[in-house]
Amino acid sequence: MTYNFAFLDEDTKRMLRRSLLKAVAIPGYQVPFGSREMPLPYGWGTGGIQVTAALLGPDDVLKVIDQGADDTTNAVNIRRFFARVAGVATTERTVDATLIQTRHRIPETSLREDQILVFQVPEPEPLRTLEPREAETRTLHALADYGLMHVKLYEDIAQYGHIATSYDYPVRVDGRFLTSPSPIPKFDNPKLHQSPALMLFGAGREKRLYAIPPYTEVESLAFDDHPFEIQQWEHQCELCGSGESYLDEVIVDDRGTRMFVCSDTDFCGQRRAEAQA
Amino acid sequence: MTAALMLELRDLSKSFELHHQHGARLNVLRGLDLRLHAGECVVLSGASGAGKSTLLRVIYANYRPSFGAVHVRHDGRWLDLAKASPHEVLDVRRRTLGYVSQFLRVIPRVPAVDIVAEPVLQTGASPQLARQRASEMLHRLNVPERLWSLPPGTFSGGEQQRVNIARGLIVPRPILLLDEPTASLDANNRAVVAELLTEARAAGSAVLGIFHDEDMRDQIATRLFPMQALEAA
Amino acid sequence: MSALLKVRNLSRHYGTRIGCEDVSFDLHPGELLCIVGESGSGKSTLLNTVAAQLAPTSGSVSYRQRDGQWLSVNALSEADRRRLAREEWGFVTQNPRDGLRLNVSAGANVAERLMALGMRNYSQLRGIARSWLERVEIDPERIDDAPTGFSGGMQQRLQIARTLVTQPRLVFMDEPTAGLDVSVQARILDLLRRLVNELGLAAVMVTHDLAVARLLAARTIVMQGGRVVETGLTDQILDDPQHPYTQLLVSSVLTT
Repeated sequence: MTYNFAFLDEDTKRMLRRSLLKAVAIPGYQVPFGSREMPLPYGWGTGGIQVTAALLGPDDVLKVIDQGADDTTNAVNIRRFFARVAGVATTERTVDATLIQTRHRIPETSLREDQILVFQVPEPEPLRTLEPREAETRTLHALADYGLMHVKLYEDIAQYGHIATSYDYPVRVDGRFLTSPSPIPKFDNPKLHQSPALMLFGAGREKRLYAIPPYTEVESLAFDDHPFEIQQWEHQCELCGSGESYLDEVIVDDRGTRMFVCSDTDFCGQRRAEAQA
Repeated sequence: MTAALMLELRDLSKSFELHHQHGARLNVLRGLDLRLHAGECVVLSGASGAGKSTLLRVIYANYRPSFGAVHVRHDGRWLDLAKASPHEVLDVRRRTLGYVSQFLRVIPRVPAVDIVAEPVLQTGASPQLARQRASEMLHRLNVPERLWSLPPGTFSGGEQQRVNIARGLIVPRPILLLDEPTASLDANNRAVVAELLTEARAAGSAVLGIFHDEDMRDQIATRLFPMQALEAA
Repeated sequence: MSALLKVRNLSRHYGTRIGCEDVSFDLHPGELLCIVGESGSGKSTLLNTVAAQLAPTSGSVSYRQRDGQWLSVNALSEADRRRLAREEWGFVTQNPRDGLRLNVSAGANVAERLMALGMRNYSQLRGIARSWLERVEIDPERIDDAPTGFSGGMQQRLQIARTLVTQPRLVFMDEPTAGLDVSVQARILDLLRRLVNELGLAAVMVTHDLAVARLLAARTIVMQGGRVVETGLTDQILDDPQHPYTQLLVSSVLTT
């Protein structure tokens, strides 16, 4: 059996590309699109896969990460899927990739202008937990009426003494649209700001696309007296010794011994290789 | 020298139409004329049912006259309350026309001193000044100080009446309407009220009132205005 | 003093059914106006149409903004209508659950309108929320509790705090005490009376309770079948009602 290049038919790709162009033209705005059934369940990256399929060309080099790792089930499956239906080259090296599909992380290695990052998004609407009505959230976006988002941050401080939201931390894109950065840790939020790489977001179940174009202003919301802060660790990565990357806490044996390691496996591996060389 | 005319009623009539009692019509006042000057105290006299209270209420615009005019000198201009807008009536009540009834309309949870101070506050005075004036007034009317900070709902009839008088007389008004404000007061307190009214008149107020107590009437009235009940039509 | 709100020949129909018909009135700054009538008399329809929550079938509502400019309320864009509702108006609903955000704390409920106006200082928001809880007689220690755990009277007082915290110039209230026990009612009415005086608010309040009108409002409008049958000073209407319907309403009041 043969598939069309990159699985989707050309009409669907055209529809997606048109929506993506609109998304790039209106940074942070959620563009509706005709999300197709994909050969994996919702919640496994159907939105991200469709965006990737619409962008891939034969010369692209694809990297797929899940929580920063190239070797987890979701990442491995999606990489193999595109290797099979598009025949493109794949890589685990951030610097070698032209297109990176990601779930819940932005690579530690700085991205370049010739790279595109595609995010898998479960819930594109940052106001959804506070306002369940879609018609109302659309109106709030249309009027840039975003006081409500601060209600959530207020609640955080009231309950925990600080803004406890640690992932999917809401941002304002280009001074206009309130946007969900997808469930990346807030540690990664500063990487969205003035990024040289194009950032695209796809939500398959919710049928929405949006974009942060290169070199766009991205501001994480905060209070004057409770400014935005990223996570910090007392530890360093126990494999590569990095003190400035995002760390995962891993339990390594039955006695509960813990270890902190880089969540970005490529970044960690490169550092170790350099140290050995 | 003649004192300024403050209030003039012309051909005033008042009847009540009771739609739910087979359209019964009660005629209470008919073709009434009255002139009241600054510094005078006119006491309405007549048996009960003669329409004395009704007349005071019509003047205060609590009742709407069926016919005729209620001219009031307000801010140096004449205004017919029978034709005035609600906002004009409210302004006349705030600054020109005072009304003291037999009963205090109690506002839940509001202390006596604040009830008395409210008209002073409405003139734009500071809360401190208003409370101070209210305290003086309550003191003068022999309301025990321990009651001042309590809502008057549980006060005795006489105490409530004195709170009511204090509230009604605390701000000097050019025209005062009094509907038996001293009915349940003892002689001492009646004397205080008479004194307050004499002071008000000396300051130029025109007083129109109902006093059943003859002592009180003799003490303060400059003139009587006799009234008679109309036949039921 | 010139008016704050002018309502002229306002009608709102539901298909062929009349919600309210040909209503006109002025409201002055600092004035509380009551609209009374029984269920189905059109008083809530009138309130919602005046407050621009319903579009009128005909007639007009004009409002004088803080800057002195007159706005035609029906011609406003959605953005301007919301700005007005946020910055200059307030709305208190009969059921506090409709006016509150139940899944966030009391403090956040009070602070929300301030944040919508752009206030971004957490300690300041907290301070204001605390003082408003105190003002409506809710223990400020409960600032972080969810309103779901509050009694009906507390919820209504919280809604009042949430609405008045931005010091609106005009407040619409739809039977704010109707669902509450009599003792709780008295407390809220007293609170409203005090706050209306202190803040110099203008307000339009719908009620079926004539005693509420007497306590709070200098002027009253009586409605029946969607039409105004009598309007004027509250004490005049209650003590000397002219229209048969008003007489019936006044004579139906239970006195103790």
